[in-house]
Amino acid sequence: MRWKPRLVPELPDEGQLWGVLAEYDTVDTLLVAAEKVREAGFSRWDVHTPIPIHGLDEAMGIRPSPIPWLVLGGGAIGAAAGLVLQWATNAFDYPFLISGKPLFGLPVAIPVTFELTILLASLGAVAGLFIFCGWPQLHHPLFSVARFLRASNDRYFISIEAADPCFDEMKTRWMLEDSGAKAVEELRA
Amino acid sequence: MATEILDNTAEDPGRRAPLVLGGHTFTTLTETVCEVVERPTPRAWWVAFSLSLALSGLFFALLGYLVVTGIGVWGLNIPTAWAFDITNFVFWVGIGHAGTLISAILFLFRQKWRTAINRFAEGMTIFAVVCALVFPTIHTGRPWFDYWLMPIPNQMKMWPQFRSPLLWDVFAVSTYFTVSLLFWYVGMIPDLATLRDRAKTRLRKVLYGIFSLGWRGSGRQWHHYERVYLLLAALATPLVLSVHSVVSFDFAVSQLPGWHTTIFPPYFVAGAIFGGFAMVLTLLIPIRAWLGLHHIVTARHLENMAKIVLATGMMVGYAYAMELFIAWYSGNPYERFVFINRALGPYAWAYWTMIGCNVLAPQLFWFERGRRNPLALWVVAMLVNVGMWFERFVIIVTSLTRDFLPSSWDYFRPTWVDLLTLAGSFGLFLTLLLLFIRFLPSFAMAEVKSVMPEAGLEHGRHRGHGQYWGEIPHQHDRQFEGGTP
Repeated sequence: MRWKPRLVPELPDEGQLWGVLAEYDTVDTLLVAAEKVREAGFSRWDVHTPIPIHGLDEAMGIRPSPIPWLVLGGGAIGAAAGLVLQWATNAFDYPFLISGKPLFGLPVAIPVTFELTILLASLGAVAGLFIFCGWPQLHHPLFSVARFLRASNDRYFISIEAADPCFDEMKTRWMLEDSGAKAVEELRA
Repeated sequence: MATEILDNTAEDPGRRAPLVLGGHTFTTLTETVCEVVERPTPRAWWVAFSLSLALSGLFFALLGYLVVTGIGVWGLNIPTAWAFDITNFVFWVGIGHAGTLISAILFLFRQKWRTAINRFAEGMTIFAVVCALVFPTIHTGRPWFDYWLMPIPNQMKMWPQFRSPLLWDVFAVSTYFTVSLLFWYVGMIPDLATLRDRAKTRLRKVLYGIFSLGWRGSGRQWHHYERVYLLLAALATPLVLSVHSVVSFDFAVSQLPGWHTTIFPPYFVAGAIFGGFAMVLTLLIPIRAWLGLHHIVTARHLENMAKIVLATGMMVGYAYAMELFIAWYSGNPYERFVFINRALGPYAWAYWTMIGCNVLAPQLFWFERGRRNPLALWVVAMLVNVGMWFERFVIIVTSLTRDFLPSSWDYFRPTWVDLLTLAGSFGLFLTLLLLFIRFLPSFAMAEVKSVMPEAGLEHGRHRGHGQYWGEIPHQHDRQFEGGTP
């Protein structure tokens, strides 16, 4: 996935159908509905919940996050940078003899190497989060729906985009209504 | 509000104690926590804030006085080159460690009760580390040269000396600050989104909107988010242990009797967690009463913290005893002298204050009634705060004032600047803390919700990974046609 700063996503023309939004009031109905949407073959859809939900990744068919690789990469760069930095500054560029200590020694280099490993690994984790979540993305068509404000409070939602190849204005709506949704709403951007 | 449970401290092995009381649902929990930020500023907040702001003004005034006059305004001199400044530094860094323990280590151990207090404790960590960082910065004497501590190519063509623990400290504490800040902020994003969605004014909407980065509670975002949270917890855990170990190397790597011991790293880490939990209790007990959050930060939470204070207090007590034993067992006359001098010499008053506050006071927590009485908890926690400050003072000052050569012995007396700078650092800490409580979600709503029965985790039937068989209200046999292309 390529990262580009998407402060405002590319919106379809004014008044065009963006997608449908279904509201659920329990975790269980949501999970069952999410699995139905996945099985129906949709790809441009999402679930919106106030809390992380166990089993949702499987129900939605989300592939494992690649972020751990970024963390590993960050950590490896940090460790290498720590060692090279200490060797290059104190033993190579300006050999600095103090208290008869060796110019470079692994044991004495461990604290700084360790801290830089942790620092870059953590920065890798957070950078990964920004990249894969597409942050910052300050506006989204969903924010214009009044009921969606409760997605960060006490309600669960499924949104399906009209841009999805499987999307059909009536059938998709029926499917969501049938899946135990409390309410289904069309979204016009 | 269904069944009102008032006490969740009972131990019943067959039943999980509820962590949120008062019949809260997601809706009421959001209301309760957001109300702290959304209601008009209470007068009590203004009073507390003005006092802390005045105190932190004093802090910066004294730092300014120090910079323009010179380090001599403090009472330290050779041989006591470190005194209040480094004591305060170690004290404040140590306070921070409880926040990381609660947010990272207890997370890895699946201690669900941490959710009610972790955000607050993480905030406390950040502010304590800010206070801590001021002291070594200023103690260099000429803080405008502090960039020498960083490996920045400069006009002297010289580099910092990486074989000194003081430089390790620069890396350890700045990494600790950065990672704690990231962890705190990442944890706060869903709750900032809640505040954004509830915002009534344009300004709030825009500010919370910017800082919540466009969070939509999306299942795909939660997936990455949870993974990052776990990874940050796993990275912060060894980090927090390393930071206070590195701080202890400042002492242990030197050759001074009383400092040159291998017990220092674990002893410092245990002491940091001990002191940090005491600070969490000191702050949370009044704040919980003030904001009326008894149902979220319950008696059980306080009791659990009291147990950790007792356990880490015993570790610290063990370290004190072991230091004495090793001083005797080593057969080294200088070591022996330092420890006899600590207990019976000119700073005996500080040593026995430390023992009384850190070893004796927490013994109250062996008793249920001690752990369940908020006032008793607060008093003991306050004593531990005092005791932990004195621990660092005793370690630093007794060893420096009486080392190998009696002709260079000294007795350190703090000046008024020393004392008021210490008081002022509390002003800075409390100012930041009050701003945090007023403007940010100081209790982790999304995390607390996820340990409530409504999240579906406590249903009779277990829902593991990938399996779910909860209640389905509208089960239809019909195939869904909506999705076929």
